[in-house]
Amino acid sequence: MKEIIIKLLEENSLVFALLLVGLIMYISFLISKYLTNNKIPGAAIAISIGLVIAYFGGEKGIASNMHNGLQIGAKPLKQFEGLVLLGSSLLHFSIVSTAMGASFTEIKKTGLIGILSLLVGTLLAFTIGSVIAYIMGYHDAKSITTIGAGACTFIVGPITGAAVGASSSVIAISIAIGVIKSIFVTISTPFLAKRLGIDNPHSAMIFGGLVGSTSGVSAGLAATDPKLVPYGALTATFHTAMGCLLCPSILYFIVHSFLP
Amino acid sequence: MKIFGVAILAASYFIGQFLGEGLGQLVHLNKNLGGVGFAMLILVISNDYFQKKNLIPKETEQGITFWSSLYIPAVVAMSATSNVKNAVSNFWVAILVGIIATVCCYLLIPVFAKFSKKYTN
Repeated sequence: MKEIIIKLLEENSLVFALLLVGLIMYISFLISKYLTNNKIPGAAIAISIGLVIAYFGGEKGIASNMHNGLQIGAKPLKQFEGLVLLGSSLLHFSIVSTAMGASFTEIKKTGLIGILSLLVGTLLAFTIGSVIAYIMGYHDAKSITTIGAGACTFIVGPITGAAVGASSSVIAISIAIGVIKSIFVTISTPFLAKRLGIDNPHSAMIFGGLVGSTSGVSAGLAATDPKLVPYGALTATFHTAMGCLLCPSILYFIVHSFLP
Repeated sequence: MKIFGVAILAASYFIGQFLGEGLGQLVHLNKNLGGVGFAMLILVISNDYFQKKNLIPKETEQGITFWSSLYIPAVVAMSATSNVKNAVSNFWVAILVGIIATVCCYLLIPVFAKFSKKYTN
């Protein structure tokens, strides 16, 4: 019985990965709905669950081949190979597809201020992330760039980390940064919206462009004024695209020239 | 056919990755510099072009949007397979960066709003 199941999982690891991730997503959205009253986005909960599960594994997270708490070999377990695939090249593939929702005609509508807020938001988050990383003892260009990218969104961090070849633990931190940002934005937006002047489509677009985190911005605006969600989400989506373009290229290059 | 959309996406992905790798070689870093970003840019540009010419049927577009609905689950897969054990001791870096970077961006919102009001008037 047990052998049959393991054999099936090993032979169909990608299908198993889809089932596993689907279950995590389902549980997370239930938690979001019933335990947090939709205050914390299901996406942020799901990613946190992923990070917690990975903690019980090793170098490749849950996919590591573990024996009595020690890792055997660098190869992932056969039944989890699909999960590794889904989290690497398929992740990048699906990230590219999100650009479909963004068109130049839309970005033109936000005007100069939209583009400017995107650029400044990305650069500011990256700079602050990198500086803190440096102060905290990271002194190599790969790690610093990845952590700086994580300060943009939880997508930009792992994309940048994989591109520049950062270590898996630094990538995990960059994902965690994005998750914390997302939750923080979600919770704080309704309280701060008035003080920050987020009460019209225009400032909502500036907010989305500067802050970036699409899940956080959408959930935060939904709790503030649901009419503003599409405006904030629009520029926030571009923030991720901008980060994926700038962080692993020009920004990594700049960091690298300071810290080879 | 939906697979046309998936294939367009795959083509953009490869062209983007190729540019990223090429750029990496060019500056002697031997890393993929912004491949995903380039791929996104190519997809946006080709999509804009095809839309204008009315060349993308709804079905084709659905092949691409299906994949875009999978990005959060894919991030979950990535986080579940990353080296969290080694990262835990530095987790407060994540908390610090996450909160400080966000607060700084918040502070700029009123500045930008004011600037844009002046600019449009």
